[in-house]
Amino acid sequence: MDPLLNPFDYFTLPFGDWSESALDWIVDIGRAPLLAAKAPVQVFLNLIQGGLIAVPPLVGLIFIAAVGFFLSGWRLALIGLVCLCFIGLIGAWEAAMITLSIVLTSVVLCILVGLPLGILAARSDRFFRILRPVLDFMQTMPSFVYLVPVVMLFGIGDAPGVIVTCLFAITPLIRLTNLGIREVREDMVEAAYAFGASETRVLFGTQLPLARPTILAGLNQTVLLSLTMAVVASMISVGGLGRMVLEGIGRLDFGSATVGGLGIVMAAILVDRYTQALGAARSGRGSGGA
Amino acid sequence: MANEHPVNCCNLWKIFGARAEQALEAAKSGEVDKDEAFKRFGCVIGVADASFSVAEGEVFCIMGLSGSGKSTIIRHVNRLIEPTAGLIHVEGRDVMGLNPKELRELRARKIGMVFQHMALWPHKTISENVAFGLEVQKTPKETRRAAADDALERVSLGGWGDRYPDELSGGMQQRVGLARALAADPDILLMDEPFSALDPLIRKDLQDEFLKLSREMKKTTLFITHDLDEAMKMGNRIAIMKDGRIVQTGTPENIVLRPATEYVSRFVSSISTLKYISAVEIMTQGGTAPGAREFGPSTPLPALLKAFSEGAEELTIKDGDRCLGRIGSAEILETVKSDLARV
Repeated sequence: MDPLLNPFDYFTLPFGDWSESALDWIVDIGRAPLLAAKAPVQVFLNLIQGGLIAVPPLVGLIFIAAVGFFLSGWRLALIGLVCLCFIGLIGAWEAAMITLSIVLTSVVLCILVGLPLGILAARSDRFFRILRPVLDFMQTMPSFVYLVPVVMLFGIGDAPGVIVTCLFAITPLIRLTNLGIREVREDMVEAAYAFGASETRVLFGTQLPLARPTILAGLNQTVLLSLTMAVVASMISVGGLGRMVLEGIGRLDFGSATVGGLGIVMAAILVDRYTQALGAARSGRGSGGA
Repeated sequence: MANEHPVNCCNLWKIFGARAEQALEAAKSGEVDKDEAFKRFGCVIGVADASFSVAEGEVFCIMGLSGSGKSTIIRHVNRLIEPTAGLIHVEGRDVMGLNPKELRELRARKIGMVFQHMALWPHKTISENVAFGLEVQKTPKETRRAAADDALERVSLGGWGDRYPDELSGGMQQRVGLARALAADPDILLMDEPFSALDPLIRKDLQDEFLKLSREMKKTTLFITHDLDEAMKMGNRIAIMKDGRIVQTGTPENIVLRPATEYVSRFVSSISTLKYISAVEIMTQGGTAPGAREFGPSTPLPALLKAFSEGAEELTIKDGDRCLGRIGSAEILETVKSDLARV
C-alpha cells in the first residue's frame, strides 16, 4: 500500500520496548523494597485465610446468619444462609473461603490506603487535581493489564493477588470518600467551626459521619471489584473460585468451570448484600437535609 | 469609635479572588467599583469599607438584598472569614490577633451563631446539637446536659432533647438553632437570616419570642435580614447595605424618616411612617392653644391620636417650659394623607 495512505507501516513508536525497559528499570530499583512491603500483606492474608478455612462450615453458617440478622434482619440472614449453603452444596466451600480471604485482605488494605487518600483529596483541590487523572487511568485499564507489572514486581501467588486486587478495586473508595466529604452541606461544616470545633473535630465529628452513606457506597463498589479481580487474579496463580473456572476452561472440564462460576455469583450476592446493609444500618440520619 | 463596645468593626474590606491586594488598592483609591473590580482583577468585592459598632445588649440589624455582603460581614466577627483589610474587635480583642486555641475558645464561649437553614447536625440528638459548643470545650457531660436542657426550656422545647433534628418541624428546628447559640451563655449572638426560611406565621412567632428573649437576656446581637419589616421590628439600630457598602446606619425611625440616599428611600418607601413620626415633626410652629393638653416634642403619633379620640381638639407641644407649637386635627389629617399618598 502507498506509504501516504498507511504511514504506520513505516513509522511506529517502539512503545512496547519502552514500557518494557521502564518496567525493567522499576524492577531493578524497586523489587527489594516492594518485596519487603509484600511481607506484611502475606502475613495478614495467611492469618485470615487460615482462619476462614479452619472454621467448620456449620459455624460459618451460624456466624453469617448472626451477622446478617444484626446488620439488617431475618431477610439478610436468610440471603447469607442460602448463598453459603449453596456454595457448600456444590463443593466450592474451601475455594470460596480462599477467594473471600483475598477479598477481605484487599478490602482492608483499600480502606487503610483509600480512606486517607479520599480525605486528602476532599481537603485539597490541588491534590485532587493530581490524583484525578491517576484514578481515571486506573479505572479505564482492563483488569488483567494490571497483572503483568504486578507479577514482575511481586511475583506470583496469593499475596501479589491481594496487591493487584487492591490496585484494581481502590478507586471507587477514594472517589466516593472525596465526593461524600465535598457533598456535606457547607453550613453544617461552618456551624461546627462557628461553635469552636477544631479541624480534626470537624473532619471526624461532622464531615465523615455525614459522608458515611456515600463512603459506604464506595466501599460496596470496592468490595465487588475486589471479588472480580480476585477471580481474574487466578491467572497469576491465585487460588480459589477463579482457579476452578480457569482450570475448568483449560481442561475443557465444563462441570468444574460451572461450579466455580456459580460460586462466584453466590459470593458476589453475599458480599454485595452485606456491604449494602452496612451502609443502610443506622444511617437513617444520613447526609440528607436537616 | 468607642472601644468598650462588644463588637467593633473598622474600615473592613473583604475582596474575594487571587488578586485581592491589587483590587483593594484600586478600590480604596476609588479607581474601580464592584463591576470594574471584577472585570479588571477577576475579584469580587464582598465588603467595602464597612465600619460599625454594636453596643452592649443592642440588637443591630444589617439589612440588604442578596449579594450585598451582609452575610460576609457577620462571618468576620467570629473569623469564619478573614478580612482583606480592616479591624475587628470583639470585647476589646482583635480577632485577627488570636491564636487558633483562643479563637476556638472565643467561638465556643463568647459568640453564638444561628444559621439561615438551621444547620443542625442530623446524626446528633437535639441536646447533643445544642451542647456542641460546650462539648468541644470539654465541659463535663452532666453540665452539658443541664445547659442543653436549660437552653431548650428557654425556647419552649423542653423534653425534646433525645429526639433527632429530622423529627422536628422547620420552626422547631430553628428554635433548636437558637438554643444551640444560647447554650454556652455567650455575650454575643450572630443571627444570619435566622427566620427567613420559615413560613410567615411561624416567622412572626419566632420573631416575637426572640424579642422577648433578647430583652430578658440582653445579648449583644448582630441580626442579618433581607426583610426591612423584620429589621424595623427587631433592630435597635439598622445598617443598610448595598454592593458591600453600608449606605446608612441609624435607628428604624431615622431610616424611615430621614433616608440618606436614593437607594434607602426607595427601600423604605413602602413602610408607613406613622408609627415613627413624632409630635415635633408635624406641629405648626408657634402659638399655643389655650387650655389644651400639653405633650413633649418626641411624643409618638399614636399617643397624640389617643388624645384626640379622648375629645381634645387641639394640643400644645412643649419642651419643658418652652412652647414649641400646636397640633390640630388639620395637622393630623395632613400627616395621614401624605403617608397614604407615599405608600
